[in-house]
Amino acid sequence: MGGKSEPAKSESMATKPDLLNTSFFSFKSLKLKTKQQELLLRISILGLVYILAFIARLFSVLRYESMIHEFDPYFNYRTTLFLTEKGFYEFWNWFDSESWYPLGRIIGGTLYPGLMVTAALIYWTLRFLRFFVHIREVCVLTAPFFASNTTLVAYFFGKELWDTGAGLVAAVLIAICPGYISRSVAGSYDNEAVAIFALLLTFYLFVKAVNTGSLAWALASAFGYFYMVSAWGGYVFIINLVPLYVLVLLITGRYSMRLYIAYNCMYILGMLLAMQIRFVGFQHVQSGEHMGAMGVFLLMQVFYFLDWVKYQLNDTKLFQTFLRITVTSAILVGGVAVGVGTASGYISPWTGRFYSLLDPTYAKDHIPIIASVSEHQPTAWSSFMFDYHILLFLFPAGLYFCFKRLTDATIFIVMYGLTSLYFAGVMVRLILVATPAVCLISAIAVSATIKNLTSLLRTKQKVSQTGSTKGAGSSKASSKVTLDQSQPFQKNGAIALLVGVFYLLSRYAIHCTWVTAEAYSSPSIVLAARGAHGNRIIFDDYREAYYWLRQNTATDAKIMSWWDYGYQITAMGNRTVIVDNNTWNNTHIATVGRAMSSYEDEAYDIMRSLDVNYVLVVFGGVTGYSSDDINKFLWMVRIGGGVFPVIKEPDYLVNGEFRVDKGASPKMLNCLMYKLCYYRFGELTTEYGKPPGYDRARGVEIGNKDIKLEHLEEAYTTSNWIVRIYRVKPPTNRL
Amino acid sequence: MAARIWIFSVVVAVFLSISAFSSAQDLQIVNAERRIDLSSHIVKAFLTLKVENIGKDPAAEMLLAFPPTQIKNLAMVQALAITGKKKKKTYLPLDVKPTEQPDAPNDTGYYRVKFISPLGPGETVSLEVLYILTHSLEPFPVEITQSESQLVYYHDSAVILSPYHIKQQTTFVKTPTTRVESFTSVEPANRAGKEIKYGPYENRASYSYTPVIIHFENNSPFAVVEELVREIEISHWGSLQITENYRLTHGGARHKGVFSRVDYQSKRSVSGASSFNALLAVLPPRVNSVYYRDNIGNISTSHLRTGFRKSELEFEPRYPLFGGWSATFVIGYRVPLEDYLFEASDGRRYLNFTFGCPLVETIVNKLTLKVVLPEGSKDPSAVLPFTVNQELEVKYSYLDIVGRTVVVLQKDNVVPTHNVPFQVYYTFNPIYMLAEPFMLVTAFFLVFVASLAYVHIDLNIVRK
Repeated sequence: MGGKSEPAKSESMATKPDLLNTSFFSFKSLKLKTKQQELLLRISILGLVYILAFIARLFSVLRYESMIHEFDPYFNYRTTLFLTEKGFYEFWNWFDSESWYPLGRIIGGTLYPGLMVTAALIYWTLRFLRFFVHIREVCVLTAPFFASNTTLVAYFFGKELWDTGAGLVAAVLIAICPGYISRSVAGSYDNEAVAIFALLLTFYLFVKAVNTGSLAWALASAFGYFYMVSAWGGYVFIINLVPLYVLVLLITGRYSMRLYIAYNCMYILGMLLAMQIRFVGFQHVQSGEHMGAMGVFLLMQVFYFLDWVKYQLNDTKLFQTFLRITVTSAILVGGVAVGVGTASGYISPWTGRFYSLLDPTYAKDHIPIIASVSEHQPTAWSSFMFDYHILLFLFPAGLYFCFKRLTDATIFIVMYGLTSLYFAGVMVRLILVATPAVCLISAIAVSATIKNLTSLLRTKQKVSQTGSTKGAGSSKASSKVTLDQSQPFQKNGAIALLVGVFYLLSRYAIHCTWVTAEAYSSPSIVLAARGAHGNRIIFDDYREAYYWLRQNTATDAKIMSWWDYGYQITAMGNRTVIVDNNTWNNTHIATVGRAMSSYEDEAYDIMRSLDVNYVLVVFGGVTGYSSDDINKFLWMVRIGGGVFPVIKEPDYLVNGEFRVDKGASPKMLNCLMYKLCYYRFGELTTEYGKPPGYDRARGVEIGNKDIKLEHLEEAYTTSNWIVRIYRVKPPTNRL
Repeated sequence: MAARIWIFSVVVAVFLSISAFSSAQDLQIVNAERRIDLSSHIVKAFLTLKVENIGKDPAAEMLLAFPPTQIKNLAMVQALAITGKKKKKTYLPLDVKPTEQPDAPNDTGYYRVKFISPLGPGETVSLEVLYILTHSLEPFPVEITQSESQLVYYHDSAVILSPYHIKQQTTFVKTPTTRVESFTSVEPANRAGKEIKYGPYENRASYSYTPVIIHFENNSPFAVVEELVREIEISHWGSLQITENYRLTHGGARHKGVFSRVDYQSKRSVSGASSFNALLAVLPPRVNSVYYRDNIGNISTSHLRTGFRKSELEFEPRYPLFGGWSATFVIGYRVPLEDYLFEASDGRRYLNFTFGCPLVETIVNKLTLKVVLPEGSKDPSAVLPFTVNQELEVKYSYLDIVGRTVVVLQKDNVVPTHNVPFQVYYTFNPIYMLAEPFMLVTAFFLVFVASLAYVHIDLNIVRK
């Protein structure tokens, strides 16, 4: 926050040396020059912001414990553990038979290794320096560490875009912005943790390369891009945004040699480097999503060529004709090449995820598995407000300032801001990608506003000073005096506005702290609730169940559960699962969905064919935990029905309504999921004054209290009933 | 099993009638009383013996005999000599050592008890012997369901196995509840409440053996720690850090079939009677920074009560333990150094700490105790009241360069009576304490030097 007052302070310091020179001789030698003071101030602010960004993300450790959060991070943790134990080559060639039974998964070829390699490198470095930390601690703190680094990048980016003031403000804003914190609290060991750092770094280095035309910066940007590709699938955003930006510059007539160098170097080297990641492979030359970048690359060559021809011809009319022919043939050749590539299958079409980004309704109709994930839902207005707070209003103001001072750099940030904000509207999780842009643009608004206001204040003071002490000022000053005096209350107005800005910024800080502490620090493995007397109740049922599996089942047992829990079961339970969060095989998931939504004997055949030993369901009826399997059940039906038409969604609904009480459909009351969740639940009184079998998550009394299981038996149920595990019985002997 | 023991005893009897033990026969036991406590899964037997020397030469020691089924489960044998009469009784601990006899019939195991002073001809001495057996209660049925109670077999002999003639003896067996399914009757034998009385038997020859089986209910927690690794790290900066890695199992009858949470919650008294959920660890007083976790994170069900004499940590595993289920977890804590580290008169330092397992009423199958000495310590030596395997290791911890010497003490079959103090002596020069802070300071200093150098060195190829 101190960043905003920095220009004013440095200026006021500048007036002091005259006073000090005369009075204290000893002070003179200690006194720093203004420039040094400014540097010291800036470094200390940055240092504090760096620490702030780190400790703000430690709420989760303080409130809960140093643990890995949510779902995907457990996979990342497991692979990192494998990497540190077995080494890089084993990791790269790892075929994991513990997931996607009986298919297995080639881990090395189907993940972005950036995060794991980063954590492992940090771990090895620390061990080399004789800090014998546990790999879990490294993983837990990777996200906060990279968030701190992101603030530094934001500072340099802001400096490149506008000035150091904007850079400092950007660093502060991004350090505590909830949109970013939501994915980078301690324990949130996910790809995004390092990817946002890599994304912003790549953009910064590219803008720097465009601004300077330096090959070194372009090279650095290519490496930044490589890191991004190795870390997250969101690199597609870079490889589309950068060409789009270049295209816009070309169209607006801002083509320059600097741009040519920056883009060509970044694109070619970045592409070659990206091909080293096995999961990405040759997509840069083969996939439709990357073709835009190649098109722009070729277009640049045409531009360069035309420039050269223009220089050679030195005749406008001839050049115009030449231009027409060249452009037409270039477009023609390009079109034919893309057409042939697509038709022959060399260029793969756009993937469903890409489509669903451009068209928000696409996933809902075509890919239920993408639509079923809560973080893929379109963003509600409230979550924009929640994640951005005042930045939402500062963003348009920042755009105004950017347009007022249009440069290559500001065009970039404007494009970045607008495109990412669109994507943020399409999917909740992409708010994360937009956050750095929003912070940077808002920082420009804040910095520019404060700078204007403070300069207004200072000129007034100076004028009054000169008027009283020296009598007559220069002609320039006097002209300013007349100009200022034409607007009364200007000083008061400026003060009022400044106070307003500081008030808003402090509200922002309060909001961010509150959101971080209350909303974004829950590990979602451990659930916390308030008891009747205000005491904190911990529901640790997930780990109870996973640890039970780990300790008390055969080591080769296969667990069937809905895919959400797959990563957690393999990481914490150390058992083989049928499906997990890497949703690469829709049919396999649909098979599990079908088993869950079939009658028990039909499900038994499916489970036998998959060698399932245990079935795990998550049930919130006792505790009132709402994100349980019954509430997810319709997605299982939809995904199962998408592949196996015998499963029909209307069978489970009554008049289009999903219910579990007496009015539920007979198919619903007897399907496997219902039986497993509510087995012997009818004997339990969950709430005082309610009949036994009262489901607290849905607020109804269940419809089927007499559930008999034929092929399965209860193997374990956790203390709050959140996780229920059933054993699949071996087939009975035929008589 | 029973049949085999019968055969064994017959063979012993036959064998004994043929052979005669010359040296052993110099002693005889005038009166013997044995009390066997079966109330937990650790079997405790108290023997009160009155030994008389009937030979011509003074006897310096006597032998205690155990059948081969017991000798491998014998965790501890202690003997006390009773001197004085009635109210002025004093107990003196005697030296007890396992020993081999070349002519031992049928793998009988022996312990040798050394008298305080050799027993002259015609003299008598009173002894109290305590021996503890582990894994001696055999669940039957082997598998039980959640609603069943746990029944176990206990095998022993109605008469005391001894290389000496016993004039008169009685055995009392205490069962945990009044529910006794069956017991082998060897007349005179009778049962009253929780107690079964065998005897008195008169004039039994040496090596008499009459197998008995007692089948009774025992729902006490069969908490067996399969492996316990305790690490005690000494820091001369003021604390001892203790980390204990447990692998705990329920050693009783295996759980069979369904685990029903409804039954477990609502009918706690009849459901899962043999399972256990709560454990108690007795920790040193002034303990601090206690944690309880496993390899997937913290476990939130624990309470600590600190006191002046001891601290108690009450904790629960993540799930109740039924027969055959296991749980692994770690308990760690810190205690102030001055309570446990002392300086010996010869200038060496020594750690005085408790051996064994802090959990109450548990058997430890394999206990490994590691004492991590500070970096730079030399000549470690451990002093214990019983034999353990000892070796040395090197461990690297934070900022270590040469590594820390670790004294590894390893013992199998440990019971709570093994919780006695032991000492580890070593020499240490306090100057080593400053090594690590010095390294940190140097590193910090070097960072500044490096940045200073970086600012002042011009790395440009072309002069600007």
